[in-house]
Amino acid sequence: MIQPQSVGAVVPQRAHFAEPLPLRSGDALPEYELVYETYGELNAARSNAVLVCHALSGSHHVAGHYADDPANVGWWDNLVGPGKPLDTRKFFVIGVNNLGGCYGTTGPAAINPASGKPWGADFPFVTVEDWVAAQARLADRLGIERFAAVVGGSLGGMQALSWALQYPERIAHAVLVASAPRLTAQNIAFNEVARQAILTDPDFHGGHYYEHGVVPARGLKLARMLGHITYLSDDAMADKFGRTLRHGKAVYSYDVEFEIESYLRYQGDKFAGFFDANTYLLTTKALDYFDPAFEHGGILRAALARATADFLVVSFSTDWRFSPARSREIVYSLLHNRRNVSYAEIESDAGHDSFLLDDAHYHGLLAAYFDRIKV
Amino acid sequence: MAYRYDYEVITKWISPGERVLDLGCGDGSLLRHLAEVRQVQGYGVENDADKLLTCIRNGVNVIQMDMEKGLAGLEDGFFDHVIMSLSLQAMHNTQGILAEMLRVGREAVVSFPNFGYWRHRQSILNGHMPVSESLPHQWFNTPNVRFFTIADFDALCAMNGIVVRERLAFDESRLIEEEPNFLASVAVYRLGRPD
Repeated sequence: MIQPQSVGAVVPQRAHFAEPLPLRSGDALPEYELVYETYGELNAARSNAVLVCHALSGSHHVAGHYADDPANVGWWDNLVGPGKPLDTRKFFVIGVNNLGGCYGTTGPAAINPASGKPWGADFPFVTVEDWVAAQARLADRLGIERFAAVVGGSLGGMQALSWALQYPERIAHAVLVASAPRLTAQNIAFNEVARQAILTDPDFHGGHYYEHGVVPARGLKLARMLGHITYLSDDAMADKFGRTLRHGKAVYSYDVEFEIESYLRYQGDKFAGFFDANTYLLTTKALDYFDPAFEHGGILRAALARATADFLVVSFSTDWRFSPARSREIVYSLLHNRRNVSYAEIESDAGHDSFLLDDAHYHGLLAAYFDRIKV
Repeated sequence: MAYRYDYEVITKWISPGERVLDLGCGDGSLLRHLAEVRQVQGYGVENDADKLLTCIRNGVNVIQMDMEKGLAGLEDGFFDHVIMSLSLQAMHNTQGILAEMLRVGREAVVSFPNFGYWRHRQSILNGHMPVSESLPHQWFNTPNVRFFTIADFDALCAMNGIVVRERLAFDESRLIEEEPNFLASVAVYRLGRPD
């Protein structure tokens, strides 16, 4: 045993793909670049690779920090590193920024070769399946025939599930955390409100705001504020903010009075300062479209018949955006298909955000599961 | 890992390659044993966080579920055998879980400590709740919530139309054929639905 450590300073890498990527929508992406990071060493048998898939606002920067920006720590740094649950002494871990992203991978802010201008709203719709197909091409490029595991939380878990269905022979284990086999109507409804906030911002300019030198920051801020409400639990919000008033009493103003207002505005502003609104729109649509059961009459058991991987499914008791019931649907459908599957429902008061925290029991389970994976 | 003598009996009732569900699977040792000697496709059900973790460490499939609420989500007749080893006495919803076991399984296997065992009766006669190898806890820290005998369980099966296909009773590891309700500390049942 060693003390858990950081992977240290990391450097993002780029891979260019000249061959067009056919997309589920019927469209195609003529050429594209993927930005990715890797941690640990690929072994001689090329059998120890683990792909970590990111969620709505995540990126390829999963672990470690940048030499010139030490405060920029990867979004799942508590999971990945020497001595951490996903131990980089054993595994070669890869993080990829998905297509349509805004962290360097080809997305709406990139130049559309056909017009010489930023893609903007003309960037084709990308789905979870398209992301997985692009990730598979990166795996080919890196010489990885089969992943020891594909891991993801939330939307990242959907990618891990999709891997098991699109490339069953290329994945030994799938780890799905706080995920779902498809969004519910309520969940799509939240996404739609977020999109409307962006689409109706006067600075949106039909998605071509780059050319106008503005960004729809108000819409993006509202979208993020709404998102944050749904990522937290009622109890967590009550614990953290309660009804605490900034001035100790009501001052009858629309400025910040309750601390929860301050928190949401701060998170919204921060997010709108760096994230791309078109990426937000595309990504929420990818979430909404994901439904592997759709082509099987809505029957998830039939859709999962293709999977051959072993599964670990994890949910959190207070997560109402990706509730335990959604995870159980996956578990029972895998059971029907006689797959090896384990399922844990972690007691947590932090809602959907729990999957990013390092609760001892949660991380203990992941560590135990990864420890048993043979490479 | 724990290994209990009722495992021997249970193993004899399981055919190679069966689908097996173990309710209250603990550290997963029975499932692991059955995977080794019977190549079963096994799944455990557990609701204790630490035991769940141990199952994962032991490489046993385990599903977190509160059995008191039944086995909703599991399909009718999916399993060849549904096992509950020395856990029935720790559940409130006795009749509910027996019905669920025979819904999702072709047969159910249940073992439990016999409160009618002569040493337990002696203990009560002496004025104290029994503490023994099969009832290792004190009254104030026992996980057991249902206290019943072999005769009681037979009566419950008869009342609920559950068919007792086989019953073996033991005094620790020794097979008891005569007067099991008095002489046996543990009983293992193979249960089915009426044909």
